[in-house]
Amino acid sequence: MKFGVLQFPGSCDEVDALQAARRVGDAELLWHGERDLKGTDAIVVPGGFSYGDYLRAGAIARFSPVMEAVIEFAHDGGLVLGICNGFQVLCEARLLPGALLPNAHLRFTFRQVALEVVNPGSAFTRACGSGGEEEGEGARTSQPTRLSIPAKHSWGRYYADEPTLDELERNGQVVLRYAAGENFNGSLRDIAGVQNAAGNVFGLMPHPEHAVDPLTGSTDGLRIFESMRLAVESAHV
Amino acid sequence: MRARVLIRPKAGILDPQGIAVQRALPALGFAGVANVHVGRLVELDVEDEAQLEPMCEKLLANPLVEEYEVQLLDDPSTSDDEYREGFGTRHRDHT
Repeated sequence: MKFGVLQFPGSCDEVDALQAARRVGDAELLWHGERDLKGTDAIVVPGGFSYGDYLRAGAIARFSPVMEAVIEFAHDGGLVLGICNGFQVLCEARLLPGALLPNAHLRFTFRQVALEVVNPGSAFTRACGSGGEEEGEGARTSQPTRLSIPAKHSWGRYYADEPTLDELERNGQVVLRYAAGENFNGSLRDIAGVQNAAGNVFGLMPHPEHAVDPLTGSTDGLRIFESMRLAVESAHV
Repeated sequence: MRARVLIRPKAGILDPQGIAVQRALPALGFAGVANVHVGRLVELDVEDEAQLEPMCEKLLANPLVEEYEVQLLDDPSTSDDEYREGFGTRHRDHT
């Protein structure tokens, strides 16, 4: 399977995303000015400051030629992962509900965060429960699986109006939440990651691509990419 | 046609910039300040003013979280060149 990682002027995490994707499959960069997704099976919209984040984070990137192709790809059911700025782009493109606002305390924050997998069956989390180091039967109890992943942003406060938030929770579209005490940006209902109603587009503020090697303390982020590989391969069967 | 678009956070949405400014003002001795909100200002020349609203809806504002107000400026003297030249001393009335 092949991942396509978008690259905008101002992206800065596309190489880490590429390296992370290459641990579970093939991957190549897709330049923002091109419409050709080059036969990739899944798209990663990476973190950074696309088009300088001018106007609002993600507002201009959302109209780039490559995004037109990604929107079409998503409407056809293709898997799309948006990380940080990529999450903002997907919200601006209306592929995901809601918006990302400035952190409640207004500060850029870079820290490791604990996340709870609220929807362990999604195309982006199905490999999260299979971590070898977790206690055997613990994984089967009602305790949600936790991921430890770094977050670094100043515009990460997830917002949607109350009826939308209720609907997201009802539909299982809230995929990840900040664990108790970890919601540093003021996201409503502690939401760290959401998917669309169809379940093929997912965005999160923390950076799974920065947590794929034991050298940096956690490999939990790799499970997101592994989940996508499983989802793509099961769809091909 | 010169136009000005004022964009502000929707009422009821936490506006941390406004709160920060509101807290900073008393520290400088300005008392009696309340309900501070910080938004954005976009000025532009447009040939067709009917396009301003769709521009706001699609790009200039995010209608999910921001409200916008379009003002048409009938002073044609504020061409882009003069605007640039006069930047910093724009208020010609006062110079």
